[in-house]
Amino acid sequence: MTTLSERPIDPMYDARPDRPEKPEWRKYFGFSQDHKVIGIQYLVTSFFFYLIGGALAGAVRTELATPASDFVSPELYNSLFTLHGTVMIFLWIVPTTAGFINYLVPLMIGARDMAFPRLNAVAFWMVPPAGILLMSSFFVGAASAGWTSYPPLSTMGPEKAGELIWIMSVLLLGTSSILGAINFIVTIWKMRVPEMGWNDMPLFCWASLSTGILALVSTPVLAGALILLSFDLIVGTSFFNPTGGGDPIVYQHMFWFYSHPAVYIMILPVFGMISEILPVHSRKPIFGYRAIAYSSLAICFLGLLVWAHHMFTSGTPPWLRMFFMFATMIIAVPTGIKVFSWIATMWGGKIRLNSSMLFAMGFVSMFVVGGISGVMLSAVPFDIHVHDTYFVVAHFHYVLFGGSVFGLYAGIYHWFPKITGRFLDETLGKVHFALNFIGFNLTFLPMHKLGLDGMNRRIAEYDPKYATINMICSIGTLLLAVSTLPFLYNAIRSWFWGEKAPANPWSALTLEWTTSSPPPVENWAVLPVPACHPYAYGKRPASMMAGAENLPIIGDVDSIGASG
Amino acid sequence: MTTTIDSALTEAKAHGATAGHGDHEHPDLRILGLYMFLIAEGMLFIGLFVAYLTFRAVSPGMAGDLPELDLVLPGVNTIILISSSFVMSRGQAAIKKNDVKGLQFWFGLTALMGVVFLTGQMYEYFHLEFGLRSSLFASTFYVLTGFHGLHVLFGLFLTLAVLWRSRGENHYSDVKHFGVEAAEVYWHFVDVIWILLFVLLYLY
Repeated sequence: MTTLSERPIDPMYDARPDRPEKPEWRKYFGFSQDHKVIGIQYLVTSFFFYLIGGALAGAVRTELATPASDFVSPELYNSLFTLHGTVMIFLWIVPTTAGFINYLVPLMIGARDMAFPRLNAVAFWMVPPAGILLMSSFFVGAASAGWTSYPPLSTMGPEKAGELIWIMSVLLLGTSSILGAINFIVTIWKMRVPEMGWNDMPLFCWASLSTGILALVSTPVLAGALILLSFDLIVGTSFFNPTGGGDPIVYQHMFWFYSHPAVYIMILPVFGMISEILPVHSRKPIFGYRAIAYSSLAICFLGLLVWAHHMFTSGTPPWLRMFFMFATMIIAVPTGIKVFSWIATMWGGKIRLNSSMLFAMGFVSMFVVGGISGVMLSAVPFDIHVHDTYFVVAHFHYVLFGGSVFGLYAGIYHWFPKITGRFLDETLGKVHFALNFIGFNLTFLPMHKLGLDGMNRRIAEYDPKYATINMICSIGTLLLAVSTLPFLYNAIRSWFWGEKAPANPWSALTLEWTTSSPPPVENWAVLPVPACHPYAYGKRPASMMAGAENLPIIGDVDSIGASG
Repeated sequence: MTTTIDSALTEAKAHGATAGHGDHEHPDLRILGLYMFLIAEGMLFIGLFVAYLTFRAVSPGMAGDLPELDLVLPGVNTIILISSSFVMSRGQAAIKKNDVKGLQFWFGLTALMGVVFLTGQMYEYFHLEFGLRSSLFASTFYVLTGFHGLHVLFGLFLTLAVLWRSRGENHYSDVKHFGVEAAEVYWHFVDVIWILLFVLLYLY
């Protein structure tokens, strides 16, 4: 292993003249090619769309608070839940994970930037226009066929213009996602510091690599489906129109070939973040490094083979349903490997119960609920029974909100000191967690019961016998909305006036903590050398050298630049 | 060994403040990036091909009367496009010997063959007896060939861009010709897609 003193200082680094810099804040609104600026652009933009998607959800739950359709018209209600789903998936979770990957991956592997900085900026700058385009469709009648946009509903519905805008927007976001994926894969493959082998990579990089592969191979198929759909919509071809000889089921296959892997695109980076956060705050090595790393690849592979479990009631032949049922259940194995490894990591650790760790533990517990209801839904007989009911709604919100969003919050609290150089306030963070956790469960736990009792999703009016539970869900949503306020206040206040954070406030071992907080442009003067495995907490460093017993224990609170 | 992290930190702080951006070179990864992009492009075409095959297999509208397609013009077009790939690779061979004139000749010939291919395709479009909406097969035929035609057009633009840039003094040389290589890789890709498309639409 090379040591730092052997690595020459980059001659380019010191030869550079001091340029007059634009005011700091302006670069965040321009075509910056710095991966950290782009990462922050992604994070802030997507959080903005999270608030919009949340407002749409608020409108949906307000409508559903009472059985009658009395808050908005049923047509507008359809548009509300359609755009709620689209915004939350394509404009919040996918771009925000892209933001974390952009910000963290080069720092974690010791690179100065992504492999293709300009392409990176292009990929980001497709997101805001796509989002504005999508929101503007409310002026012409927004898409109302659900985020799945199934034909013939989407091609024969009243909102043709809105549907077309929806297609354009999703195509733009898909392109952005593909360009991002190219960058992630090449960067992780080729830009690691020479000392870092594949199995020395932080687990977040493994997860990002798997995400990149999934996005690269599955998104184009969605693009193909949407191109055919737009021909049906504009020109009047009949690819998906049975009256003209077409077949709507083909659209469903193409759509879910992307949209099921999209679930993993949304959860794998969060898995990676949790694998970083738990060992740092448990002060223990990660349990089963290789098992977690390779299970990401296994999920990536299996995730491409299970799409038709969304189509058990679409006339899929029984033998095919059988295949997809078993393939889906098998995914529980690599996922279970991760969950048990995380629990084993925490077991017996010196756990710091800060906001980041609370959200991470919230993630593990809530994701398990969503995972188990997922296995239930993979069973054909059960799925046919609850298909298109609120049970499904409850299931995927436990995965995407209890899973992805909780994990993303954990990541925000964990890396906020690195990104901004300041801590988030811990008290407000705990209030945020408590409100969020209670509000989330109040909203979505009762939905399991609603679904089992037979309440359909995507309807504005319902049988009064469901009224009480729906009222509880709506109150939970109000609590969720309120829970965002302490976070927003905390984030804005801490960004400017929070307590200053040192370079490595959590005494973590991954490379992003070896540079200052926030990191300088190009990250390091001299590229760092990994001194040990990224999760070697509590181990004697280098038992390979004599006299190692005198060295401090790696990751011990006092040994590495720890003042936080 | 933990001290290495500390010293890395100190040095990073010492040098960090004044850095600009983009001056650091790393190995040229652009061809790798292009391959990644072509994987995505390939998946797009595979998705459309599988959709077409599914229509053929299950759709009542497709199975019955498939139109008889004339094979002469598209056959000649296929030969032209496949040959153009070989012509183009002579261009890269030339620039590897620093022969800019050779590059220009072979790339010019490739561009010409691309134009002939596209013209032939337009001619075929205007003389087919079915239109875009005539049947499910017709729609699939036009969307697949049209989408491929757009790719040929884009490859043509790349080739012309290489020709335009090659006028500059020493713009391309034996050691520096990413643009040449990229245009060629892209052209080969479009070529392979056409072969699959020809087999599926005309012969199958």
